[in-house]
Amino acid sequence: MRVNGVERSADVEPRVLLVDFLRSNLLLTGTHVGCDTTSCGACTVRMDGDPVKSCTVLAVQAEGREIKTVEGLANGAALAPIQVGFHEEHGLQCGFCTPGMMMVTSALLERNPNPTDDDIRWAISGNICRCTGYMNIVKAVKYAAQMQSEAAKAPEHAAVAGGGE
Amino acid sequence: MSSTMHMHGGIGESIKRKEDGRFLRGKGNFLDDIVLPNMLHMAILRSPYAHARIKSIDTAAASSKPGVIAVVTGELMAQHKLAWMPTMSGDTQAVLATDKVRFQGQEVAAVIAETKAQAEDALASIEVDYEVLPAIISPDGAKAKGAALIRDDKEGQTDNHIYHWESGDEGTTKAAFAKAHKVVRLHTFYPRCHPAPLETCGCIADVNPATGKTTIYMTSQAPHAIRTVFALVAGLSEQNIRIVSPDLGGGFGNKVPVYPGYVVATAASLLLGRPVKWIEDRTENLISTGFARDYHMTGDLAVDENGKMLALHVHLDSDNGAFFADAQPTKFKAGLFHIVTGSYDIPTAHITADGYYTNKAPGGVAYRCSFRVTEASYLIERLVTNAAIELGIDQAEFRKRNFIQPEQFPYHSATGWVYDSGDYPKAMDVALDKLGYAELKKDVEARRKKGEVTGIGIASFTEVVGAGPGADYDILGLRMFDSAELRVHPTGKALLRMGTKSQGQGHETTFAQIVAEELGIPAMDVSVEEGDTDTAPYGLGTYASRSTPVAGAATAMVARQLREKARKLAAHLLEAAEEDLVWERGKFYVKGSPERSKTIQEAAFAAYTNLPEGMQPGLEGVHYYDPPNMTYPFGTYAVVVDVDKGTGQVKVKRMVAVDDCGVRINPMIVEGQIHGGLAEGYGIAFMQLITFDDEGNCIGSNFMDYLIPGSWETPKFELGETTTPSPHHPIGAKGVGESPTVGSPAAYVNAVIDALSPYGITNIDMPVTSDKVWAALRSKGVTE
Repeated sequence: MRVNGVERSADVEPRVLLVDFLRSNLLLTGTHVGCDTTSCGACTVRMDGDPVKSCTVLAVQAEGREIKTVEGLANGAALAPIQVGFHEEHGLQCGFCTPGMMMVTSALLERNPNPTDDDIRWAISGNICRCTGYMNIVKAVKYAAQMQSEAAKAPEHAAVAGGGE
Repeated sequence: MSSTMHMHGGIGESIKRKEDGRFLRGKGNFLDDIVLPNMLHMAILRSPYAHARIKSIDTAAASSKPGVIAVVTGELMAQHKLAWMPTMSGDTQAVLATDKVRFQGQEVAAVIAETKAQAEDALASIEVDYEVLPAIISPDGAKAKGAALIRDDKEGQTDNHIYHWESGDEGTTKAAFAKAHKVVRLHTFYPRCHPAPLETCGCIADVNPATGKTTIYMTSQAPHAIRTVFALVAGLSEQNIRIVSPDLGGGFGNKVPVYPGYVVATAASLLLGRPVKWIEDRTENLISTGFARDYHMTGDLAVDENGKMLALHVHLDSDNGAFFADAQPTKFKAGLFHIVTGSYDIPTAHITADGYYTNKAPGGVAYRCSFRVTEASYLIERLVTNAAIELGIDQAEFRKRNFIQPEQFPYHSATGWVYDSGDYPKAMDVALDKLGYAELKKDVEARRKKGEVTGIGIASFTEVVGAGPGADYDILGLRMFDSAELRVHPTGKALLRMGTKSQGQGHETTFAQIVAEELGIPAMDVSVEEGDTDTAPYGLGTYASRSTPVAGAATAMVARQLREKARKLAAHLLEAAEEDLVWERGKFYVKGSPERSKTIQEAAFAAYTNLPEGMQPGLEGVHYYDPPNMTYPFGTYAVVVDVDKGTGQVKVKRMVAVDDCGVRINPMIVEGQIHGGLAEGYGIAFMQLITFDDEGNCIGSNFMDYLIPGSWETPKFELGETTTPSPHHPIGAKGVGESPTVGSPAAYVNAVIDALSPYGITNIDMPVTSDKVWAALRSKGVTE
């Protein structure tokens, strides 16, 4: 599979979950495990662009797929707009749910560059946050949306605003 | 990366958080992210039964499974005198069961293997022969005639009663009730719930056989206290124990206690000479670690003919589970529940409490709460709203009539507290204004006439946080002070270390801001470190909203101490007398000649390069702060709900929260804390329930059964504030992380009860689910 743009391969038991493969084999520990039952979304990564809960995907199912994790969001020192949004709007506290939240909402912003509060709340309704009460997460996503739309108007900054993709 | 990097970051500035960067990049360092060379993995076998005698344990098959290094049982632990451990409430708790299992999920054996999967696989091969005993799942069951004796391990224990505890004055309370115009009673059950931080609990124990040094990476909110407990219990030399609490994915009280897994992993590492990692899965977390609440409460409020409160009587039965392992100051059996007179000037009160063993998980923790303050606040605020409804007085007016008035502070309560400060009418007025209360009430009346079910709930809570004066508050004898050590480097940058431990509260930013304010070094130039007992000064940890009241005070005090040394250095550099220097944040100047000045950075450099004769080099200090009193945050919360008569569904239309936590160091972080607490309060009021069937099976053992509020359910919050500084805290701060969880459940439920009051419904216990509301309405003949 390609993970954050790099080809990765390993022999694993059929039962190994994608999240365990990412964390244990590739040492990409930014993807977290919160519940084991697909309820909390802390393990969310993007597979071929779609957000998926990697605790409910077998590593072998990801063969040949394009996987993106939180470690792939920033372009070197330059944070992606979604990361900037979470920082500026205080969208994280303990930071445990944050990678999953950002993977879901970065996908949302690609489909829907100008989401309403309800669009955002619906998009993250499969991701639990115990710290923030969600209001600042909604604001963080709107901040990122604004950043992206401004970058689109000023093409010279598009590379940074697009998160280096 | 931050838009606020250029800001000084003193008190009152909403600078962006310094700790965000690593979390945004997926580079946090949570417990399960840590991998040590040669590390083994541990999995725990847990009891399927709530109450059963262990007849035999056969580990032979498991021991020969692939990758298995060792199987640990209670018998093995007993050989090292570690089958039992002391609890924070003066009881004992089984580490691995030897005689009986006393709750479902109790630790029975552990497998240590090369991989986590191998350890988990081998659990299935351990054969345990149980003789199942009747399970007790409530205090009523525990006191029933002929009830099974749960703690037959304890000498002299003949029933399931743990403690009896009282506060206040029985005689004067009885006398006041005798002449009351009216007595309003509320019997309510604050059910068991669980803090459920998104990261579960775990540890990596690493005993180095060559040096004898024991390093334990642990999800702990109180690493120093844990180190001392390990030294005392395991007989290890304390200088050889290092507890490292890495980044914590939330805590909310769940990460205060010592859990059996920590002890077993440490013993296993000691015996095997290799690091051992243990981390719970979600079910283990929910069924075995520190739960919260589980209080059955009856409150009686005596009122005179003018609607003035005369006296309060409360009795509660506490369900403590199989071991009395409440995480609380050791002297207080029911925590700080006796704050139950709340925001009201009630002349006399009497509180009685009895604790009982049941076949449920132990470890009543203060879930985003200062030791049972949440239960107390819920009871009084629910009782006050019920009384207002019964007396036909508006619930805001009834509260105002009985508030402790601003001029009564410091206020001596009927149960012995000395409230430091408050202005309750003001917080109420701000909330009512924000709500548009008068108009809203008219709207409610009009809609009720049309047959709609709608209501307003108010709660005006008072908390008591920041334990505490060490003479009264201790954990196993350790006084509940806290600490800050500050080192200013030659170039004027600083390192602050504290005895507390952030779990997401933003300590790396907030405490740097206190240094920025007091010593004038910009917050961005101050690193904050916590959680490593080899480097941080001794402290009792972060819970019960004590970090800012105690360690925050220590930070201000140590910064002031260094400022005084810096004054001497500046005087030396300026060749002026110390008393002629004026401090202005960040520099000293000569009185009358502001151009003759030296910055704090220049003074710091001089501390290492150009000292006055006889002065010790360096600019460092440490302060241990034992607070003179607790702090008393307060506020008024108001909720508006609509209830669907057809389905019983409750819709929270508005949630207004006015908090007074004294001086706010970083308003953005404070508001973030309030948002989070209001969401958790919503969860507790409407969703989060740990319950048990008659056989003691835990219902709520995963996130499909234990419902956590998501973005879709969680209401939007409207915040307001007043500021009444704490008179005894160096910077006037009071602590805020728990106010919203303490205050909001009653506000939410009061709104539902207000909505249902026209139908004669006076109580629904939490969580207020649609089926309960539906049934209550149907019981009064209300249909669509």
